[in-house]
Amino acid sequence: MATSATIHSHAAPQGFIRKYVFSLDHKVIGIQYYFLALIAVFVGMFLSLLMRIHLIWPTAILPIVGEIKPETYLSLLTMHGTIMVFFVLTTAPQSGFGNYFLPIQIGAPDMAFPVLNMLSFWTTLVAFVVMIAAFFVTGGAPLHGWTGYAPLSALPNSGPGEQLGADLWITSIAIFCVASLMGALNFITTVLDLRAKGMTMMRMPLTVWAWFITAILGLLAFGVLLSAGILLLLDRNLGTSFYVPLVVVNGQVMGHKGGSPLLWQHLFWFFGHPEVYIAILPSMGVASQLLSTFSRKPIFGYKAMVYAIMSIGVLGFVVWGHHMFMSGMSPYSAFAFSIMTMAIGVPSAIKTFNWLGTLHKGRIRFTTPMLFAIGFVSLFVSGGLSGPFLAQPVLDIPLHDTYFVVGHFHLIMGVASIFGIFGATYYWFPKMFGRMMSESLGRIHFVITLIGTYCIFMPMHYLGMAGQTRRYSQFTEVHYMTHLIPLQTFMTYAAFITIAAQFIFLINLFWSMFKGPKASDNPWESTTLEWITATPPPHDNFGGHTPVVYHGPYEYSVPGATKDYVMQTDPAGVTAH
Amino acid sequence: MATLSSTVPVKIPETGKGGGGVHPPAYGGGGDGGRGDGYPDYGQRLRRARLGLAIALAPIFMFFISITSAYIVRQGLPTFDDKTNTYIREWIPVQLPLALLLVNTGLLAASSITAELARRQITRQSALAPVESIPGVSLGDEGRFPWIYVTVALGSGFLVGQWMAWQELASRGFYMATSASSSFVYLLTAAHGVHLAGGVIVLVYAATISLLHKPIEARRIVVDVTAWYWHFMFLLWVGIFALLWFVK
Repeated sequence: MATSATIHSHAAPQGFIRKYVFSLDHKVIGIQYYFLALIAVFVGMFLSLLMRIHLIWPTAILPIVGEIKPETYLSLLTMHGTIMVFFVLTTAPQSGFGNYFLPIQIGAPDMAFPVLNMLSFWTTLVAFVVMIAAFFVTGGAPLHGWTGYAPLSALPNSGPGEQLGADLWITSIAIFCVASLMGALNFITTVLDLRAKGMTMMRMPLTVWAWFITAILGLLAFGVLLSAGILLLLDRNLGTSFYVPLVVVNGQVMGHKGGSPLLWQHLFWFFGHPEVYIAILPSMGVASQLLSTFSRKPIFGYKAMVYAIMSIGVLGFVVWGHHMFMSGMSPYSAFAFSIMTMAIGVPSAIKTFNWLGTLHKGRIRFTTPMLFAIGFVSLFVSGGLSGPFLAQPVLDIPLHDTYFVVGHFHLIMGVASIFGIFGATYYWFPKMFGRMMSESLGRIHFVITLIGTYCIFMPMHYLGMAGQTRRYSQFTEVHYMTHLIPLQTFMTYAAFITIAAQFIFLINLFWSMFKGPKASDNPWESTTLEWITATPPPHDNFGGHTPVVYHGPYEYSVPGATKDYVMQTDPAGVTAH
Repeated sequence: MATLSSTVPVKIPETGKGGGGVHPPAYGGGGDGGRGDGYPDYGQRLRRARLGLAIALAPIFMFFISITSAYIVRQGLPTFDDKTNTYIREWIPVQLPLALLLVNTGLLAASSITAELARRQITRQSALAPVESIPGVSLGDEGRFPWIYVTVALGSGFLVGQWMAWQELASRGFYMATSASSSFVYLLTAAHGVHLAGGVIVLVYAATISLLHKPIEARRIVVDVTAWYWHFMFLLWVGIFALLWFVK
């Protein structure tokens, strides 16, 4: 391992509070984010299970929650979506793993602004607490969906959950925006300013590239959501009319006039579409890292991968209108949004092609993280292929409010991203906790989760094409949908099994943390910088040294090298050339 | 295809092509020290703080841009009138207290200048600090004018002035919910005011830590970054004022 001159080493903080609670160490903060997301994902999953049960047994009285009324169902739907999108898909892959591994992978001792980093975690936690509080206030959680469409979301008397619950929901989102902005600022500054000597931009691992571009997307998108949320709060509480036109609710004329519900949709989706990429890009980075490592081959087309991430980021900002084809937009606008949306297929296909190219003729090691990376590619393709269908207004209009869309976004944004998180967990767990996770449990977890999620979400496409509407709490009495009940029942059983399999993961995670076999410093024989340091890494990441980088991130099977991998810091790795 | 196989040579990028050369390049890559917890590499910290500020301005800009676009869109929308059952244009231009707002703009412009003077003053002071520490050397009292306090005073004056402008608007019958136009006036001025108040608080902090005998370089970073932020706030206000005045 080559290092430059020893730099000033920082004393590690003493005492439990400074070390583990209000820690400035990016590694501790990363783990805090990870566990926050872990709690959130189980809450979100529990809500989805309640929905699935209600869909096929609408009159069942459930323990804890009792009878699920239509408005309860909408609350579950809203909170499931919001918690999953914000507190799981945005939090775990970007803030969790990004915080832990971005500084190490670029050879930095910490984030650029450690105090800001700590603040952004605690702000996120406050946002989560405020969000969960919405369940417990009068009227319960809001029912306006994770997209919070006005005027439903803007009028406190439009439904039972739309009183204090909706205010808490919006407040939580606003706090989350601030937290994410602080995080994004830190990520970008760190990448631009704290790279180790020799770590040029084009030598950064693709994970770092993904976190970097994701941070830029967050930086530009969350400010817009913040302003949209403030306008919504003003409409709700101070009687303004940004989003609310003249409306009559329960025979009562509201005091609003002239507002535009479409304005909310534009502002929301200007954030909302980049948010989709905020959720998926980090997992793309992880998949690239894992596929290259476990195929023992350099990533196929590194530069193309970098440019593809960039173009997905840029295009992601000009396609928000494809969520609004149903809103009666001008066909010319719809056409433009449609073309731009289909254009995203090009960089996405480049990435898929390169992942497959990386696998091709590789000496593949089918470890658990590798299985999840391959699963990610599978889900990305399966979920992505329905994208070009929905990108066309003429097809989107009949499909938009059906289960087709639910299947599409769950596969590509939900489960694919989750597979990235799982892959990252199995891959980096040894570095984070110093022990290996059980491979056998990991494989069982993978097989059930992959088959299970396909069983849940693939049939949704057929349901959608058969005209099954989404968001409706009860369809068992609707004549033309009754023949679809067996398929819905099948999906609910699949959900039971898939959710049960997640407990295997949970057991594996906590059991391995304390009882797993001790991990070496580089158990996967990877090349990036986190694997040159001790396990778990010391407080300043490299024990008083700063690494010097000589190679790109994926130098596997280099001819003439002594081993089948060359560490980024190995000055002699390619002397044969 | 050759490059797909793991058994044939893999192309090793040449030095300096950015794909993974053999030797580390002479440039590229950031710093490797100075984290702000005791390691006094102030030059690096200053550069990092400025970079952080430049990045932080992007979401602030996006925040105001989105409200501005909402303003323009909302202005062009017709309103459904329940009395006549027709769509009418009901955008009531707000009668802004022009004189007061011009005075406020003057105050903010002056504060931007004094913030810049404070920034330059503390830059000079931190550069001369080593000389001053030599026994028997004194640089005199010139350049000790309290520009930070003047900036805080002018900035606070601007905020008070904005408050007075709100009072004036209210006395003319324009409240938050009176019409969409007045909602936007209150919203934009309040959002800008909150951002500027943040700057005032940071300057007060910078002035306070000078009393706590923190190193001048640490104070310099705070003042420097806040001064740039302050200039941005001034330009932002000019933009908001122009929008509210010319796009009525």
